[in-house]
Amino acid sequence: MNRHVIDCRRLLCPMPVIRVQNAVASLPDGSRVEAVCTDPGALNDIPAWSRINGHRLIETRTDDGEYIIVVEVVHGESP
Amino acid sequence: MSEQRKAVALISGGLDSLLAAHVIQAQGIHVEGINFFTGFCVEGHTHAIRKRDQKKEKRNNALHVAEQLGIKLHIVDIVEGYKQILTHPKHGYGANLNPCLDCKIFMVRKAHEWIRAKGFDFIITGEVIGQRPMSQRKETMPIVSGESGANDLLLRPLCAKNLPLTLPEREGWVDRDRLYDFSGRSRKPQMALAADLGIEDYAQPAGGCCFLTDERYAVKLTDLWRARGSKQYEMDDIMLLKVGRHLRPAGRYKVIIAREEGEGKFMQGYRRQYPHLETVSHGGPFALIDGVVDEADVELVARLVARYSQGRHADEVEMAFTDLAGQTRSLRVRPMRPEQIPQEWLI
Repeated sequence: MNRHVIDCRRLLCPMPVIRVQNAVASLPDGSRVEAVCTDPGALNDIPAWSRINGHRLIETRTDDGEYIIVVEVVHGESP
Repeated sequence: MSEQRKAVALISGGLDSLLAAHVIQAQGIHVEGINFFTGFCVEGHTHAIRKRDQKKEKRNNALHVAEQLGIKLHIVDIVEGYKQILTHPKHGYGANLNPCLDCKIFMVRKAHEWIRAKGFDFIITGEVIGQRPMSQRKETMPIVSGESGANDLLLRPLCAKNLPLTLPEREGWVDRDRLYDFSGRSRKPQMALAADLGIEDYAQPAGGCCFLTDERYAVKLTDLWRARGSKQYEMDDIMLLKVGRHLRPAGRYKVIIAREEGEGKFMQGYRRQYPHLETVSHGGPFALIDGVVDEADVELVARLVARYSQGRHADEVEMAFTDLAGQTRSLRVRPMRPEQIPQEWLI
């Protein structure tokens, strides 16, 4: 399984969301993106972005002041 | 069966864009949202920085609106392109450094490029005639649609009945009779429509979403441009204008002093890019120096920062100064007294 770590430390929302969004756009279904963030807002925003765009939230965790959000890529059908 | 038409809605996170998208969705149009990040959005940023705001809900309102509507949201970074809009707005600034009309034209132009690339049919905004003194007036509506290049592909569902027919209406993709004729500054029609649609949870409407409308922020940005001799900025500049107490003892440098722990932590993320000071002998704020300083300046800045430390009444405070090469040295200084800090230093 492809796993892509994205360094979003020191970025404030919505920049972490934009980084994840841009990474996801070029990845195939089933790839996983792991965003490492320091803005606690990312704990809400990246899961919300994943839900509304149809990607699968795998995990959120806090690790020594950093917030890690893992998303699995699911590209839905366009209407 | 007729082809399902697709529209992109500019979603700010406020009530108007939520309603506009909802009204068009209700007519069977496939709607997706687009949200533009200029770097000056109030959303999220300051709440994430200041410790006193830590308990505030850190919700991105545009994402929340998209989730309420059940639509996809595309967040587009326009920081670089926006620099030209902010520094040279064709239509000028509003009360502060807010180039609202140029900003709206730019965003609609970007949305127009987006729909052409993605095969969408038209654009929706939550604009209402008379809602905003600079960008949402009867006279500015055709300027936005014309100068953006969107022309009749731009539909404003909340005030469409007060405007000429657009392509989606002429083609019958959208029923004009089910659009609205809102006008003026009152929020009551939008709030009544929200109530009719059963929408109760929405961000407080109108204004307050852009730092450029904030007088204090505009003063600090103007100072930055004046000190640099040109209207230039980078992302780090505009982020740091949002935090700390800014003082300019000389034209060639300024000092940014954290006002509380959350700001200090945030500013420490910049310690490799800026010379900085910390208080060693007492509790005290973290401070960054933006600009060029000599030995005498460092001594003065240390005394200034010590004034905001818990050692402000002490005879001597130990400070640590770290230069751009990462070399740290200790200074023992007498804190400035409040009357020794000229008012004009405060930005």
